[in-house]
Amino acid sequence: MSELKRTPLRDFHAANGARLVDFAGWEMPVQYRSILEEHRAVRRAAGLFDVSHMGEVDVQGPAAGAFLNHFVTNDVSRLHPGRVLYTPMCYPGGGVVDDLLVYQRGAEDYLLCINAGNIDQDLAWIRGQVSDFDVTVTDRSADYALLAVQGPLAAGIVQALTDADLGPLKYYHFTEAAVAGIRCLVSRTGYTGEDGFELYHRPGDALALATALLEAGRPRGLELAGLGARDSLRLEAGYPLYGHEITADISPLTAGLGWTVKLDKGVDFVGREALLAEKRDGGARKVVFFRTGSRRIVRPETPVLDGTDSVIGRVVSGTLSPILNESIGSAIVAAPAASGPLKVDLRGEIIALQVVKPPLVELRKGSGG
Amino acid sequence: MSNIPPDLQYAKSHEWLKRESDGSVTIGITDYAQNSLGDITFVQVPKVGAKLKAGETFGVVESVKAASDLYAPISGTVVAVNTVLESAPETVNRSPYGDGWMLKLKPEDGTATGLLDAAAYGKLTG
Repeated sequence: MSELKRTPLRDFHAANGARLVDFAGWEMPVQYRSILEEHRAVRRAAGLFDVSHMGEVDVQGPAAGAFLNHFVTNDVSRLHPGRVLYTPMCYPGGGVVDDLLVYQRGAEDYLLCINAGNIDQDLAWIRGQVSDFDVTVTDRSADYALLAVQGPLAAGIVQALTDADLGPLKYYHFTEAAVAGIRCLVSRTGYTGEDGFELYHRPGDALALATALLEAGRPRGLELAGLGARDSLRLEAGYPLYGHEITADISPLTAGLGWTVKLDKGVDFVGREALLAEKRDGGARKVVFFRTGSRRIVRPETPVLDGTDSVIGRVVSGTLSPILNESIGSAIVAAPAASGPLKVDLRGEIIALQVVKPPLVELRKGSGG
Repeated sequence: MSNIPPDLQYAKSHEWLKRESDGSVTIGITDYAQNSLGDITFVQVPKVGAKLKAGETFGVVESVKAASDLYAPISGTVVAVNTVLESAPETVNRSPYGDGWMLKLKPEDGTATGLLDAAAYGKLTG
């Protein structure tokens, strides 16, 4: 096995009792104390996540905006400096290359945040789209560490460490500010369904920033939170995770992300034709989110059955919701079967899946950008 | 380091058993097992009166991370189950040898084979 990559906070995590695991080739904290406790802390107060494994890409040049709009499904022309956009980027067949955040810093200056496991593949894909566009594409992944502070008390915790007024900074907007004296790109975004911030900063500053946030947050109930809680929080919020609800084989329309696919944005973007056809004809499959009323976790790859016991799909995500105190998840199923009834067979125990519209818990933030 | 009380017996499949003064045997999973599983979300054990056979699965313990079968370390008849675990399975994480016990058996005679003492179990998990 090749050596795992480490974020600048690897030793900080170990010193704080983290259980470190291989995540997409990175040695990452999956939990510190308890996934369920960390999850509850984020919904109740706040959590601090190291997500420095995420990739960053600069897209710069006179054609930067047009270039991005050529290969993402959402409409980059609606951005302005200081705004963030969530978008998939698709293959010509409509399957998803990755989902990403697009930050517009200036007229010709964008920053992309992409999934850690897809960095090499995404860069190759993006560079393959350049053609005649007057842009430069630069991998900046090694130049950024990324900390997420998420939860109802996140704003107060971060505000206590900066002179910038975060009050007017709206959801899916960002600004440059010093936090604990450290230069950050402060983005009011997250992957938990709570209010919160993602703080991009230099790797050399990560330990000082994490320490300052932990010290400022702990008295208010902030806890270190690992990737385990990150996953259960995003699933409760109904957010997709690449490789699960969206893949090279599952389009954003199939995944229920129609709001991110701007077929009428006036650009013949990569995948548009296939997505247009899917919208016109109706997709053959559909991603649904479900509750179970049971504490038994329905794990990915579990076959989903219809009322006649025919296999009509499979589970793609599943966990226990510590807020609902029952297991939840998502599945990809044949479209006609999506209106149910759906069930799974867990080694002899039949569990009915109750299809629900995400989010699965009441959120302070909307389920999108 | 996981906690391995010296007065218990252990199975290689990470169950512990305690011989009570009334002749019954209490069974649970070890600290090592609960720690490996992480947050425990569901415990399923048989009903009182069920007969267990040494080495066969008698239930399942599930965590956020994984589902794992439970194996009977000895043969016997279930005389009590810990109903607390139905609504609070995380008790196993907090107290694997105490409040997180799973069931009590009235053992059949001469069925205990291959059980480990604390030192041997410590070597197995060390």
